[in-house]
Amino acid sequence: MRLLLGSLFALAVAATIGLGMTWLVLTRGTAYGGVTIGAWTAWPRTGTLGIDPYSRAMVARSGELPIGSGDGVAFHARADDAGRPFDGRCDVVLAGMTPPARFWTVTLYDLEGRLIANSVGRQGFTSQEIVRRSDGSFEIVVGPRARPGNWLPTGGTDRYVLVLRLYDTPVGVATRSGRDAPMPSVIQKACP
Amino acid sequence: MIRLLLWLLGGVLLGGIVHLATVLMLPGMATQDAYSRLTPIAPVNAVTAVPPPAADKAVMPYMDPAFAIAVCRYDLSDGPLKFSVPVSLAYTSVSFYTRFDVAYYAINDRAAGRRVIELELMTADQRGELPGDEEITAADRLIVESPTNTGLIVIKALAPEPGLLSAARNAVAAAQCVPQPG
Repeated sequence: MRLLLGSLFALAVAATIGLGMTWLVLTRGTAYGGVTIGAWTAWPRTGTLGIDPYSRAMVARSGELPIGSGDGVAFHARADDAGRPFDGRCDVVLAGMTPPARFWTVTLYDLEGRLIANSVGRQGFTSQEIVRRSDGSFEIVVGPRARPGNWLPTGGTDRYVLVLRLYDTPVGVATRSGRDAPMPSVIQKACP
Repeated sequence: MIRLLLWLLGGVLLGGIVHLATVLMLPGMATQDAYSRLTPIAPVNAVTAVPPPAADKAVMPYMDPAFAIAVCRYDLSDGPLKFSVPVSLAYTSVSFYTRFDVAYYAINDRAAGRRVIELELMTADQRGELPGDEEITAADRLIVESPTNTGLIVIKALAPEPGLLSAARNAVAAAQCVPQPG
């Protein structure tokens, strides 16, 4: 009787811990093998045959196709440089430089990876359509109210994620720090 | 008390095994992964345009709206595949994924160095069966080895401005993926 109760207890513990850990890892995401530069994190290995089992499971669960390493690399940001999570009611300013790449795009998604509807039908920018200063630097304002220049509307959403994708770029598996890849600064301000 | 702690320890260890097993098994069991999402819209060994992502619906999450995308869902069991796509004005890339969405190869227009990206896709066995003299002429043939019999070829063309999206769509629609029965 004791043996039965004991093994049932052990099995219950095993199921709770095992499935709970899997669920946590897949929903929260892991920083496993990621490259973090400022507010931005990329997982260049997910675009190769060397993808780790956790990333494989996450890719299978979300249904996305990871960007291949010969194509480019995707940096995600969910919070600004100070670690404040993005809030759709605030203004988020991206400014500065991007790493060397033939093209880049920046796109706004909700936390499930869906685009967000807005009145001007703009979900992102490409490096070609951005308005730049004479020295080549740029500023993108992500916020709820219309702005002159590069305005990316949040569409009244709550939390969101910004994805900066570099195409045809030397940035990848070998990149370790912001010296190889200067990423734009991300500052959230004007919160209500 | 000690007995209970031992049972607890055993449960925790077993929980670790359950965790690793579920993580490893998940890609094989997923029903909403990218390959499964594309299966209903993409016939085998043909190029199909993927509808552009919109706020209310998208075939896959995290699609880049600046790109026109087409896909060839391949099956190499009847022989290798010849693939070609003309490069578009801005940027064209071709990415290869296994049945379980692992990106094993990707090439862009600059790496291909021509106006048309041309390559042959085959399994390791089919490559091994190539006649020896063909291996010599293979220098200017781009051969890609697929680790699995089935998988996805994803063709992407960038529209640097929204007005160029239809040109990018035409470019990826001109891609061809043709089986070469062996």
